[in-house]
Amino acid sequence: MFCTIFSGALSGVSAYLVGVEVDIDRGLPSFSMVGLLSNEVRESRERVCVALKNAGFDLPPNRITVNLSPADRKKEGTAFDLPIAVGVLKALGYFPDEELEDTLFLGELGLNGEIKKARGVLPVVKAAAEQGIRECIVPAVNAPEGAVIPGIRVRGVENIGQLVSFLADREHGEDILPVTNLLVEELFEREDHSCEGDFEEISGQEGAKRAALIAAAGFHNLLMFGPPGAGKSMIAKRIPGILPPLTLEESLEVTAVVSVAGLLEEGKALLTGRPFQAPHHTITQAAMTGGCILPKPGVISLAHRGVLFLDELPEFQRSVLDSLRQPLEEHLIHIARTSGTVTYPANFMLVAAMNPCPCGFHPDKNKCRCTQVQVDKYMGKVSGPILDRFDLCVELQRVDVRALYKKRKERNTGQNAQPDCSADMRARVIAARKIQEERFRGSKYKFNGDVEAADIGKFCVLGEEQREFAEQLYCSLQISVRAYHRMLKVARTIADLEGSMEITTDHLLEAACYRTGKEV
Amino acid sequence: MFDTKIYEHWLCCIPGVGNRSISRLLALCGSAREIYEAPEEALRQVLSADKLTELVDLRRRWDLQAEYDKLKEQGIGFLTIEDNDYPKRLRQIPDAPYGIFYKGILPEDDKLSVAVIGARDCSEYGKYVAEELGRYLGQNDVQVISGMARGIDGISQQAAFWAGGSTTAVLGCGVDICYPAQNKGLYQAIPERGCILSSYPPGTQPRPQNFPPRNRIVSGLADVVVVIEARNKSGTLITVDMALEQGKEVYVVPGRITDRLSDGCNRLLKQGAAVLTSPADFLDEARGLWLEQWGILSRKHIGEDDAAKEMEEDTVKEAVKDAAETGTTKAGTAEAAVISVETCNTTVPATLQPLYRLLDLTPKPVEKMLEELSGSLHGDWTVSRVTAGLMRLCMLGVAVQASPGHFSRKLP
Repeated sequence: MFCTIFSGALSGVSAYLVGVEVDIDRGLPSFSMVGLLSNEVRESRERVCVALKNAGFDLPPNRITVNLSPADRKKEGTAFDLPIAVGVLKALGYFPDEELEDTLFLGELGLNGEIKKARGVLPVVKAAAEQGIRECIVPAVNAPEGAVIPGIRVRGVENIGQLVSFLADREHGEDILPVTNLLVEELFEREDHSCEGDFEEISGQEGAKRAALIAAAGFHNLLMFGPPGAGKSMIAKRIPGILPPLTLEESLEVTAVVSVAGLLEEGKALLTGRPFQAPHHTITQAAMTGGCILPKPGVISLAHRGVLFLDELPEFQRSVLDSLRQPLEEHLIHIARTSGTVTYPANFMLVAAMNPCPCGFHPDKNKCRCTQVQVDKYMGKVSGPILDRFDLCVELQRVDVRALYKKRKERNTGQNAQPDCSADMRARVIAARKIQEERFRGSKYKFNGDVEAADIGKFCVLGEEQREFAEQLYCSLQISVRAYHRMLKVARTIADLEGSMEITTDHLLEAACYRTGKEV
Repeated sequence: MFDTKIYEHWLCCIPGVGNRSISRLLALCGSAREIYEAPEEALRQVLSADKLTELVDLRRRWDLQAEYDKLKEQGIGFLTIEDNDYPKRLRQIPDAPYGIFYKGILPEDDKLSVAVIGARDCSEYGKYVAEELGRYLGQNDVQVISGMARGIDGISQQAAFWAGGSTTAVLGCGVDICYPAQNKGLYQAIPERGCILSSYPPGTQPRPQNFPPRNRIVSGLADVVVVIEARNKSGTLITVDMALEQGKEVYVVPGRITDRLSDGCNRLLKQGAAVLTSPADFLDEARGLWLEQWGILSRKHIGEDDAAKEMEEDTVKEAVKDAAETGTTKAGTAEAAVISVETCNTTVPATLQPLYRLLDLTPKPVEKMLEELSGSLHGDWTVSRVTAGLMRLCMLGVAVQASPGHFSRKLP
């Protein structure tokens, strides 16, 4: 007997439907699978046979053929176990009354018949909903994730026995496998406060905090210089906390990437916090951009809509850093492999930290004994095109423990103003973002940081006096044209932060101070 | 005369054969030509095997006349210690270089010359003092000798040269190589009114071991050595040791005890070096010292050689007279030449004065200025106001951004 069951497969962060066709006929007993399968899909045969046996279903000694269609696309992953098992049972005539045409199955089987978590449930359910499927049966741990998609029933199943009794008795089905219901809005409201720390905890480093605020407001890439232990990582970790909350659309994008990477926590439905990724500097290019033989999202995609923090920037392999150039421009990455090309989103804010010289104390001549040649060489480890992508560059000062205690004491006794806390900073960022939304309505941009050189004249408008002043700045500081454009973009964000319609000379001056270290 | 030159040139170009080997060879054979013609066996007495191989090897390859012509074509002069034009001061130092290559005009023997040396990675303070001193010396017709290195050396020479003075750059490489490359402008301009000098044959690359002998020539060519900014254990202090060995007077520009870049200077002062407090005072003293020394020297000459007596005496008298005249004219301007750093600068607008006053000659972090301003009565200084203000000072040319978060005062 023949039957077709629907399942889904991933391609990048989206998915497509796969038809699992099962045929059981007389002939020499065998179980063969076709349809351009990778190894783990091929192994599915053993898992299905044993799981069905252990769940109490004996397979007859017949010739079983399974085809996954479309047969010309490479199938990967272990989530085809469940649809294959259901297909076999259906072909054996277990649930004759059930038409499974509008149901999708996804899940990995254990040998005891339990159903284990699957990768990329969210995009598969989304694709299913778009294709007119009405019901999805997914592993119980992934049910909340799938339930985020509106207009489709998602049921979580724990083992094969439970599934069979559900399919055999649809009338009482609701009791056996209830539909997972989620109030997405409510879930979304319940914001994720997992972001580590508050800016309040950082005493001093006013310059760096200011730069972080500007970077967050305009989605500019930020480079921090400073001696070891100045608090570069502390600041970077706190940046996601001052970025505006994710919109539902953004949240779905972020969740989809994490789901595809198989990194979504069990039982988690939606990620509402901004991602923060801080890979170690030994990271390989494939791990950074995504890839390997079976494409998987890399760190830059996991940082989508969030912060990618690269500590000790010069220690990263040059090729790894250079691979960031194109994603930084296009906000996505295409990975081409023999098995096909996939595209992952990669719209992240790059925050990097480095020491200014091998010893870390430049330009303090009393401590630093590096020669200018050594300093230049250290800076030269980061390629110019990458340095060019940083709109803001800021230097942190060495922290003195005594000063730290003194400040803390003063603050406790109310002598000193409380430093800015993340909540205040975030409110300012949100206000600046609103202004940008207005400005970029109808254009391809979202933030000041995205504006390309050709459109700078259009969006970063200067008055007559300011234009003259900017030109003077350009000449007296001897900056490059590219740096000049960056300065204008940053000045625009500073003006937005103050709610000023016009860019003033003070905004330009402050922006000029943040130009990248190489030009200083 | 011409004949011997080509042999001497060859002698100076043998790789690995330095000044000491040359003097041993000369002691053995007598002249460069005799060394050239000597059998290999004879030379073995004074040369090690490696050096001898080099010598024999070069002797085989070397086209005496063509090589010497090539030197002339490049506009490079060549003198040995036996030539009359060889700088007199240099001749007097122990282990004086046998041959020197130069481009331009050699420093004059009857004019005061001052070596200005110091740190390569100097502070704004060092930069300023080097510039002021160089300019003052240049204006007053004093020859400035230095190594054309990055930092103090190059800055003082540049200032002296642009002030119309003559300057001599002693290199640790061949005179046809500009090292460091950033001083290219100076390197190209100097031969017009000064001299690029080296004891290394053209084409020699700047190697670390070339620099101590170079420093010896710097102090050797000078009557007085001035040190501006030196760390403890720096190359500058090696030059000072050599200068003292050669019996030169050493003047030191004092620095603050909190600046590591002035540690070497302050140590020299502690050991009894002379203090340089203003360019004018210094020049008066230096001129006095020089004349004294000149007197002694010329008297010695008079005793030795009667024929030259009259002529020498005349030049000395003239020089003394000249010096006395210029000395008095300079005394009038001495006050103007006191180096001072204004705490107030009229080009700075009143609103930025509090900020300007906080700036120092060594790079200062913005964070520190912000802290100092936090208790200020002059308005509310937020971080954005401070950075904008500092950048405005940079635009006015009274401050420099040493690094993204450090600013220092810039002197005119």
